[in-house]
Amino acid sequence: MYVAVKGGERAIDAAHEWLAEERRGDAAVPELTVPQIREQMALAVNRVMAEGSLYDPDLAALAIKQARGDLIEAIFLIRAYRTTLPRLGHSAPVDTGAMRCDRRISATFKDVPGGQVLGPTFDYTHRLLDFALEAEGEAPRAREAEPRREPTPRVTEFLNKDGLIQDEPRTDATPPDMTREPMEYPAGRPLRLQALTRGDEGFVLGMAYSTQRGYGRNHPFVGELRIGAVEVEMEVPELGFPVCIGELTLTECETVNQFAGSKLEPAQFTRGYGLVFGQTERKAISMALVDRALRWEELGEENIGAPAQDEEFVLAHSDNIQGTGFLEHIKLPHYVDFQSELELVRKMRAEALGTAKFKEAAE
Amino acid sequence: METPEQEIALRQGWMGLLARAPAERLAALMEGADMPDFDFDWLRVPETGGVMVRGRMGGTGAPFNLGEMTVTRCALRLQSGEVGHAHVKGRNRAHAERAALVDALMQGPRAAEVQASVLAPLASEEAAQRDARAAKAAATKVDFFTMVRGE
Repeated sequence: MYVAVKGGERAIDAAHEWLAEERRGDAAVPELTVPQIREQMALAVNRVMAEGSLYDPDLAALAIKQARGDLIEAIFLIRAYRTTLPRLGHSAPVDTGAMRCDRRISATFKDVPGGQVLGPTFDYTHRLLDFALEAEGEAPRAREAEPRREPTPRVTEFLNKDGLIQDEPRTDATPPDMTREPMEYPAGRPLRLQALTRGDEGFVLGMAYSTQRGYGRNHPFVGELRIGAVEVEMEVPELGFPVCIGELTLTECETVNQFAGSKLEPAQFTRGYGLVFGQTERKAISMALVDRALRWEELGEENIGAPAQDEEFVLAHSDNIQGTGFLEHIKLPHYVDFQSELELVRKMRAEALGTAKFKEAAE
Repeated sequence: METPEQEIALRQGWMGLLARAPAERLAALMEGADMPDFDFDWLRVPETGGVMVRGRMGGTGAPFNLGEMTVTRCALRLQSGEVGHAHVKGRNRAHAERAALVDALMQGPRAAEVQASVLAPLASEEAAQRDARAAKAAATKVDFFTMVRGE
C-alpha cells in the first residue's frame, strides 16, 4: 500500500547542499576540472562509457565529477542522459580488423604477424606504489620506433585458413536491441553480447572467473587482444552513401577454446568474443569467457548447471543500474509496509505467548 | 573531371576528416583562412542525438549492438545553392556547423582555397598524430630471442 506523506523537503534541500559542499572537498585544494578527469582518470572514464553504454568521454568525466568518483552513480547519470537523446540511427558494424592498434598481443602464437605489441599496459609493472607521482613533475616521454601503418591481421584468420577454428560467418541481419525492446529469453547471442558489453565489470569478471575455477570450464586461450582506434561509418539517407562520423577506441578480445568435437563435427577450436568501449581489457577478456560459456547449447555441450551457463541468470543480473536501483530502493521510506509487518509480528507473538501461558497454567 | 564514384569518394574523404578533426583546430583553421562570413540557410539546425554503434561477433560475423555514441548533425544551403551536410561525433554544434559549411564550400568555386587552407592542414596533422601514436606502439613491440643453454 502506498500512502502519500508530505514533509522532508527542507531536509532534502539541506542534504543536497551539503552533498555539493562535500563533493568539492577541502576548498584549499584546487578543484578538479572535467578535462583533467577525462585525461588523467581515462580508465575510469572508459568504464563509465562502457557500462553507461554511451561513448562520450567529456560526459563520462563530468558524471564522475558529479558522482564524487562513485562509478556506478556516474554510470547511472550517463544512462539517464542517454534516454534523453533522440536516436539518429545506427552505424555500420565497425571493422576491428582495420583497428590502429595501440596494443595487440596473442597468448597462442609467439611469432604472430604484426608482432606482440604491449602498448601502455600495467602488465609487468611491479605493483609497487610510485611515490614519485605524489610530486608534480614532467611526465616521461615514451620512446618511438618505426610506425606500422598497415592493418594488423587477425590471429583467428590463421587458424580459420586450416579449418582449425569455428568459422564466424558474416551476415547482415539486423540485431535485436535491448534498449528498444524488453529482454526475452532465450535471448540469443547478439543480445547476450549487447548485455555483456554494458554489464558490470565486477559481475562479468566474477562470472568469467567462475568458469576458470570449474563452474562451466571451457579452457580459454587469449588468441588475440587488441586495443586501438576504429572509424565509425554511418549511412546517411540524405546523401545515399556512408560517411565516417568519428573514431572510437575499442578493446577486442578473441578467445580460442578447446572443443573435443561432437557426433556432427570434427574436433575444432571454438571462440568467445569480447568487444568493449575504451581501453577496458579486463572487461573484454571476461566478456569473451562468459560469451563462450553461454554458447554451450549451440555447441552441443553439456549443461552442468553452472551459473555462467545460465543465460537468464547472467543477463538479468549483469546490469549494475538495474541491480543498484532495486537494491537501494529498500532504504527509502517503507513506513507503512513495515507498520503492517510490525503489527503482524506482535499479534503472532501475543498468540504464541498466550498459548504458552495457557499451557503452563494447565500443567 | 571525376566520375560520380570518384566524387563520392572524395566527399566521403573530407567529410570523415572534418568529423574526426579536433573542433578547436577546425575553428582556428577556418578563422585563419580569412574567409568571409558565408550566408546560408539551415536545412536542419544542429541537433545532438545518439547513434547505435554496431560490432560483429568474432570481428567478422553477424552484427550486434555495442552501445551508443553522441553525434551532432546539421545541413545547410549556401546562397549560391551548394548543400553541406555534417554528422560529427560529440555534442559540439559549432563543430557540426563548420563541418557542414566546409562540405558545402568544397562543392563550389572556393574548393581549392578551402582544400589548401583547411583540409590539407587537418589531413597532415591527423597523419602526424596517428604516426606518433603508432611509433610509440612500435617501440613496445617484443623482440624475442632464444637463450642458448648448456654446451
